[in-house]
Amino acid sequence: MLDRAIVRKVVLLVLLAAAWEAYARWLANPLLFPTFSDTVRALISSVASGQLLRAVSFTMALLLKGYLAGLVLAGLLTAFASATRIGTDFLEILTSMFNPLPSIALLPIALIWFGLGDNSVIFVLIHAVLWSVALNTYAGFRGVSSTLRMVGQNYGLSTVGYITRILVPAAFPSILTGLKVGWAFAWRTLIAAELVFGVSSGSGGLGWYIFENKNQLLIPNVFAGLLTVILLGLIVENLIFKTIENATVRRWGMQT
Amino acid sequence: MSLLTVDGVTLEYHNGRQSFTAVYRVSFNVGRGDRFIILGPSGCGKSTILKAIGGYLKPVEGNILLNGKTIESPGPDRVFVFQELDQLLPWKTVKDNIVFALTTSRRLSRREADERAASFIEKVSLTKFSNSYPHTLSGGMKQRAAIARAMAVGPEVLLMDEPFGALDALTRAKMQDELLQLCLDSKFTVLFVTHSIPEAIRLGTRILLLTAQPGRVKAEVDTRDADAARIHELLFDGELEGGSIHA
Repeated sequence: MLDRAIVRKVVLLVLLAAAWEAYARWLANPLLFPTFSDTVRALISSVASGQLLRAVSFTMALLLKGYLAGLVLAGLLTAFASATRIGTDFLEILTSMFNPLPSIALLPIALIWFGLGDNSVIFVLIHAVLWSVALNTYAGFRGVSSTLRMVGQNYGLSTVGYITRILVPAAFPSILTGLKVGWAFAWRTLIAAELVFGVSSGSGGLGWYIFENKNQLLIPNVFAGLLTVILLGLIVENLIFKTIENATVRRWGMQT
Repeated sequence: MSLLTVDGVTLEYHNGRQSFTAVYRVSFNVGRGDRFIILGPSGCGKSTILKAIGGYLKPVEGNILLNGKTIESPGPDRVFVFQELDQLLPWKTVKDNIVFALTTSRRLSRREADERAASFIEKVSLTKFSNSYPHTLSGGMKQRAAIARAMAVGPEVLLMDEPFGALDALTRAKMQDELLQLCLDSKFTVLFVTHSIPEAIRLGTRILLLTAQPGRVKAEVDTRDADAARIHELLFDGELEGGSIHA
């Protein structure tokens, strides 16, 4: 039984939940640290009332908008960088400048530029996604072996065909890494932005849900919100990206 | 008229600001159905000549003509088989690699390409592996698939750049026999680059000997009237006595 990784992980999760429950009961201070069972109960009732699902769909819709806009811009930037030398320099300068800058640090200025509303959040999400995706895609293109390049040119492909049918699949391991890193950045940024931003806007995503419940001292709900953030992150990273990875780079023997 | 004419070709490599001559005024003719071997020590520019014929490199002097027309760019009338084992597209199965080459280069319909791919996969006895991804194949199988892909496209001339160079000795010997058989069956024109004298004699109908740095033509021999000792002598004449042996 214990030979299977999934069994071992489930056992560990159960032990963690038990330790949480035991510590919270011993502490007996639900305002600081609610028990595991209270948290689960809060989670279930929030889901049942539709409050949590509304928050999740709000957050996800915003996230997808920012993520997709970031990908489109990353694609344009990479194309520019691949096509011209000045584009390469442009990409290198921009990524080395902006990659170390946490997106959330741009939120105050975004609020001034775009006002209260989705646009400010989408702006910081684009910043979170753009650089890591562009950098990884560009590195992937550069890493395509000269043999594969020559093979691709051998059959008389057009430039567009050469990019979409040779370069993109050959660089796909790097591109996928970029997509994953970009997603992780965007996810963390969005929750943080909602915590700050929700305060002033009132229209609520998941971060706002957490913040609002904290204000009302509904601490089990705060924990339920945090748990939801964890669960969604796990689902996207371990289900969606894992599935893509298994169907592509693993199947092709290209994982690094 | 010969199929391929290489006339006084000089090729240079640029490395930053420096340029050096890889090949100096090389001329030869390849006739239809020839198995033409370019033989020479490492660094004699034999792969560079092949790249120029492939259209990946422009001569700084001289002309390369295929059917009387100057070669401008890479094209499916000259298909490459490389030494590297990563020349198959890793995201496509063996069969899809060949179908891809056929549909992009010859504008075949999907169905025709499927049939042609299957027949060439059978020729290199990979039928059992036609739906396998390249990373699951051995080195020899990968090269067989690459040869099948190149032949299926039906080029005027096959350009083979030490295709067996990365294989172990046993597999290599077996692949040489198979390639010979395939060429005899289908009358392909092959330009084959190697630094192995036995391989050259085994596969070639004509052998072009090059010297190193820069590559120049030393001799052209017909395999029917040359044996290994004679070729060895031509390649290394004088140098053995002088004590410097290029292995």
